[in-house]
Amino acid sequence: MIEVTGLTKTYGAHRAVDDVTFTARPGRVTGFLGPNGAGKSTTMRMMVGLTPPSAGSATVCGARFTDLPNPPREVGVLLDASAQHAGRTGREILAIAAQTAGLPRTRVDEMLELVSLTSTEAERRVRNYSLGMRQRLGIAVALVGDPEVLVLDEPANGLDPAGIRWMRDLLRGFAQRGGTVLLSSHLLGEIEVVADDLVVIGRGRIVAQGTKAELLASAGTVVAPAEPTDGAALVRALGAAGIVVTRTHDGALSVEAQPREVGRVAHAAGVPLAGLRAADGAGLEEMFLELTADTQRETPAPLRTAGVAA
Amino acid sequence: MSALVTPPAGTAAPGSTPVAGTTVRTPRPDLRRPSFARLVGVEARKTFDTRAGLWLCASIVVLAVVASAAVVLFAPDEALTFETFASAIGIPMAIVLPVLAILSVTSEWSQRSGLGTFTMVPSRGRVIAAKAAVAAVVGVVSMLVAMGVGALGTVVGSALAGTDAVWDSSVSSLVGIVVANLLGMAVGFMLGVLLRSSPAAIVGYFVYSFVVPTLLMTLATFQDWWADLQPWLDFNYAQTSLFDGWPGGEAWAQIGVSSLPWLVLPLLVGLWTLRRSEVK
Repeated sequence: MIEVTGLTKTYGAHRAVDDVTFTARPGRVTGFLGPNGAGKSTTMRMMVGLTPPSAGSATVCGARFTDLPNPPREVGVLLDASAQHAGRTGREILAIAAQTAGLPRTRVDEMLELVSLTSTEAERRVRNYSLGMRQRLGIAVALVGDPEVLVLDEPANGLDPAGIRWMRDLLRGFAQRGGTVLLSSHLLGEIEVVADDLVVIGRGRIVAQGTKAELLASAGTVVAPAEPTDGAALVRALGAAGIVVTRTHDGALSVEAQPREVGRVAHAAGVPLAGLRAADGAGLEEMFLELTADTQRETPAPLRTAGVAA
Repeated sequence: MSALVTPPAGTAAPGSTPVAGTTVRTPRPDLRRPSFARLVGVEARKTFDTRAGLWLCASIVVLAVVASAAVVLFAPDEALTFETFASAIGIPMAIVLPVLAILSVTSEWSQRSGLGTFTMVPSRGRVIAAKAAVAAVVGVVSMLVAMGVGALGTVVGSALAGTDAVWDSSVSSLVGIVVANLLGMAVGFMLGVLLRSSPAAIVGYFVYSFVVPTLLMTLATFQDWWADLQPWLDFNYAQTSLFDGWPGGEAWAQIGVSSLPWLVLPLLVGLWTLRRSEVK
């Protein structure tokens, strides 16, 4: 269990993290989603005591992280896979972690096997590791104490597709055994596959949170008229029914309503449909882009069409 | 989850073994703060487990041998005494040992390994104290090794020159040299804690030990008030008594007083900022 309450970090006049409150629950994978520079890493550093918060607090396993007697036995942390002494071997870094946590040496080989680092690779110095190998080593260090909670910042970075699949299965398994997982990413697809709950952050503030199902449901419906020329008529009818059209794409419309309601409106307006479905998959991406549209650097192509006024 | 919340200290079962494997999730009665001895063990390991650390320690022995060989080769026969060897070896020691002390602290920031170190052990003060303990032990052992090399040099040098080995250093003066080197390491450690950057702390150390003393000596020749105060306010100057046999009570008092502005105060400031700083 991770409980974050009103966490705030200011650097001078800049509010890097602004009143962030959320809970990551046991048995679930919580995705921490946001564009670059949104405050994900700063929030995570505050959670594990590396950055003193300006306001607010965070507890892990019921206590402040810095009050945990032996943190690696309760919380596995991977904040930056490259933040290791480049001159140490992978095995040595794991051995130091095991020794610090008071674990037997046998734990080192178990962990190397778990993350599929061969003994030859483990004897190499970390400066010669690829980013993917560093991520695997970082996961091994995080898991060495058999913790209850995992806090991972962008763990999928640098992993190949097979590695991403492996990571996903590992985290799902960890949560299924009752563990709490918080992982951050700016890769929507990756988070969408693995997460149960989502916390979306933009420019230091939480812009949405809830279960994945809830957030996807609120992403609305994708509807496509059978005849492209009916598009304007459908938009007008939806507008008259008080339904907001958020986006058009390839002749299809994204609307903020349930499919059942959209179907009724289309039927009443006499517009035949080629497609009508709940937004999914790309729905989260649309939601993400939309939620962070005013907070991210690259504003995507027009989100709101002028169609409603037509 | 509540069963896994930290048990109060002292309730940990002493004989319990850590859980192996990741498939079984059980309560951990053995959750307790890592002992200081364990932290010292970890920090000692980290001192030697990189090439940089290993070579720095090896260089202590190598430089001691090189300095002894140079004395045998170049010093006149009548100067082949233990004191000559000891002071020849002392010069590289006075540089290498403080650098070792600096790097033990700053590498956590320069190499960013501090992210792992301080999430595993959030009480940074204990980690820094463990590092200080390791640095002190390494310093004392290094000095003993260096003196052993110096003694060997005295025996070999006098045998080659056909003279009797001259043991002209008292135990107290040797202890004085060890204390002086430990103070040098303490200064390096302080700069590491205060600056938390390897290049800045190393440059800072050379300025501190080689530039500042010269400036203060120059000041003393022109300003009488400083010449009077210098023994009490110039840390480097106060330490010279350690090289002239065992210091008396007043000399110790001067070392103590002058260490306040030059070592104790900056160390306290460094520790205060280090414990509150952001580890990135």
